[in-house]
Amino acid sequence: MNASMVIFFVLAAIAVSGAVSLIIQRHPIHSALSLIVVMVALAGLYLLMGAEFVAAVQIIVYGGAIMVLFIFVIMLLNAGEEERTSFSKLALYAGIPLAVAVTGLIAAALVNSQTTAALPPAAPVTLTSTRTLSTLLFTDFVYPFELTSFLILVAILGALVLAQRED
Amino acid sequence: MIPTNYYLVLSAILFGLGIVAFVFKRNILTIFMAIELMLNAVNLAFVAFSQSLGKPDGEVFVLFVIIVAAAEAAVGLGIIILTARNRRSLNVENVNLLKL
Amino acid sequence: MPILDHLWIIPLLPLLGSAINGLLGWKWPNKAVHSVALASTALSFACALEAAREFLDYYDQFHHAFVKQFFTWITAGTLRAGFDLQFDQLTIVMVLVVTGVGFLIHIYSTGYMAHEEGYFRIFSYLNLFMFFMLILVLAANYVLLFVGWEGVGLCSYLLIGFYNLRKSATDAGNKAFIVNRIGDFAFLLGIFLLFRTFHSVDFTTIFDHAASLPTEAMGQFGTLTVVCILLFIGATGKSAQLPLYVWLPDAMEGPTPVSALIHAATMVTAGVYMVARSHVLYTHAPSALYIVAIVGCATAFFAATIGLVQSDIKKVLAYSTVSQLGYMFLACGVGAFSAGIFHLMTHAFFKALLFLAAGSVIHAMGGEQDMWRMGGLGSKIKITFMSMLFATLAITGFPPFAGFFSKDAILAASLNSQHGGKVLYAVGLAAAILTSFYMFRLMWLTFWGQPRYDQHQVHVHESPLNMTIPLIILALLSLAGGWFAFPALWGGKDYFSDFLGPILGTGEAASVVAGHYLELTLSGVAVIAATLGLLVAWRMYRKDVKQGPSTGLHEILYRKYYVDELYHAVVVGPLVWLSRNVLWKVIDVGLIDGTVNGIAHGTSAVGDTVRHTQSGNARSYAVWVLIGAVVVFVIIFWPIVHPVLFGGLR
Repeated sequence: MNASMVIFFVLAAIAVSGAVSLIIQRHPIHSALSLIVVMVALAGLYLLMGAEFVAAVQIIVYGGAIMVLFIFVIMLLNAGEEERTSFSKLALYAGIPLAVAVTGLIAAALVNSQTTAALPPAAPVTLTSTRTLSTLLFTDFVYPFELTSFLILVAILGALVLAQRED
Repeated sequence: MIPTNYYLVLSAILFGLGIVAFVFKRNILTIFMAIELMLNAVNLAFVAFSQSLGKPDGEVFVLFVIIVAAAEAAVGLGIIILTARNRRSLNVENVNLLKL
Repeated sequence: MPILDHLWIIPLLPLLGSAINGLLGWKWPNKAVHSVALASTALSFACALEAAREFLDYYDQFHHAFVKQFFTWITAGTLRAGFDLQFDQLTIVMVLVVTGVGFLIHIYSTGYMAHEEGYFRIFSYLNLFMFFMLILVLAANYVLLFVGWEGVGLCSYLLIGFYNLRKSATDAGNKAFIVNRIGDFAFLLGIFLLFRTFHSVDFTTIFDHAASLPTEAMGQFGTLTVVCILLFIGATGKSAQLPLYVWLPDAMEGPTPVSALIHAATMVTAGVYMVARSHVLYTHAPSALYIVAIVGCATAFFAATIGLVQSDIKKVLAYSTVSQLGYMFLACGVGAFSAGIFHLMTHAFFKALLFLAAGSVIHAMGGEQDMWRMGGLGSKIKITFMSMLFATLAITGFPPFAGFFSKDAILAASLNSQHGGKVLYAVGLAAAILTSFYMFRLMWLTFWGQPRYDQHQVHVHESPLNMTIPLIILALLSLAGGWFAFPALWGGKDYFSDFLGPILGTGEAASVVAGHYLELTLSGVAVIAATLGLLVAWRMYRKDVKQGPSTGLHEILYRKYYVDELYHAVVVGPLVWLSRNVLWKVIDVGLIDGTVNGIAHGTSAVGDTVRHTQSGNARSYAVWVLIGAVVVFVIIFWPIVHPVLFGGLR
């Protein structure tokens, strides 16, 4: 058990507990804050895997923009605590077992599959330089990149339309 | 080093928790946050594979996912605001105009 | 040979007549309708005569029956049933009787049915009947014979129920058809067994093969015996013998010409024809033949007893028909097949005449059929009276009328039979006495004595020419028809047996003349028997008689031994109960309707349940999406997933 393992487990525990907290909390603002915790933990994990650029983007965009947006909306709408209404029967009887099933299946599949068995043994972590990433982004993936910029444009327009006042 | 499997299992757990939250929470915003959680779990898996295979392609894809999530959040929250204003409630069970 | 090569023209002509009248005749005037019907029948008779002439030439040259295959109707594996027609001496007799007597009855019907609603229907049905009967007698294989057999049954149903607004008539039609069906079932089984044994249904093939088989011993129920018994059961249905005779008295609901044609002269003789045609089989199965003789003899006596006390003139004649058919079967049963056919022919003449004359009486009385309300008609309707007298003398067996020769031949043959011949003879003679009694009883009640009806209400008049001329012709035939077979001792020649000898010759085992004196004695005894019946009837009915109360034996006979009631209690009642309570309530309503309705209800219930998934609740939709996603995942990644599920995490 070396240092990276310990860091991994710590970060993993933080992420999971953040997710659990998201479920348990009654007030949406608390859920939002828990989600931020999860994202920061994930950023840490990315760093552990040597994906420095992705970790940075995760914190800046996800944590800094999207979650802030969430919190703005929660405060705007004056979201209160959730009412205590009974669970839908279907969700209770089907939801939990299914969720467990999905998780278990995916995990087991991922763990046991031949693909993962063919993975090269855990190698020392190599840092993916930003240079490599950006080269890839602007050469092999330039087409999807331009499309995503188009997507952002559409989103902006959509948000504008939705936010219009009804005159 | 840390075997890839560990990351994958963590990703699966986070995804499952996201599903649970999606199914059981009643506040629209919380549900939306659960979707974001699921996206993050997938991102983690991508990066894990990218690292184990040694190619940076997975990370590029993660970037794209983040971009799309951002766009989706913007538009989605806009819709939520409008819906919440119309219905004066954030309970997803009130979004039931399709009910017979 | 123009007609023989186109034998199908003989049955086709009446079929055309039937179709034209049936399809087009409903608006035509009576004259048009009966012209078509009479023309088709007359032409058929003419063609039959010509065919007979051609056949005699053919026979002189080839010495065997003429068979022609026109087209193949059924081929299935080794079964080949073709539309094959044959012509031989037996066919000549049958075809001429059917078309000739049929033609006379058609003429009669133009008068009798003149005022009926549905004039075109009766002629259409009558012609249709002719078609099927001709198919029956011309057929060269059992399957085609069965087609004709069934067809005449159908026409019988149509004709009995002709007055279709009367429930008793339609009931009688149903009864006839259903009782016949029982016999037909046995007949079919017989044909199946025949096919299985001989791998063919053609007469020539079967009879040639059977002739070479060993004769089965008495009491042994080999294949041939079983076949013959089954075929005979079918004959008891069609020809109204015990136990399936019950439809014939009820069939008197039909118009009188119908009774004359099909229930006296032709259809009911189909069974006798079939037995005679199959004589090769029967002579090789003595047990079956003996059964035929016993049934025929018993029926002859049994029916005669019932006829003694009936009051409806047509019912007396109906039971008389059953009785006379019994004589024909008795003849076949003792091996005297040509005597049986001879009696068939003479019976056709005098029984048709009896029915037509009875119809004339009924017509004269304005519809009255009860003899107790007749009397003294002899002086008023002379032609009818004379012809009926001729017929009575014929049926009772007074020489030189036709019945004497045919009945005498049968009684002589039965006496000579090896198995219980004396008993058969005695019973047959007793039946002859009874026949004479009930016939003369009929004559006295109807034509002699004082009128027992209101003379002011009923104006008795003779029938028109189109009814009386057939009566006269048939009366002459009843007189002279027997002269074909003058027994040798009287100085004549038995033309009839000689004629049929080549066909039925091998079946003449029993008609051995045991000496002139025995013959003479027997004939004398027969005449004495007839006279005895006449005298008893004279004594009982010559004075004014009234219908007395019915008690004891009289009541039993009048109620036909309660046979109909017995059948109803034993067969019909339970069947109806079964049909109503089991087949209908349990199987049809419960099972079949239940299943069909159940499927509908089930579908509806499933719909009601599944409908709840469309709740409008977005989260449940999400759960369903999740479920679907899991299912798809499992299916796609089955090779990966399945060791996990069954092997656990490693």
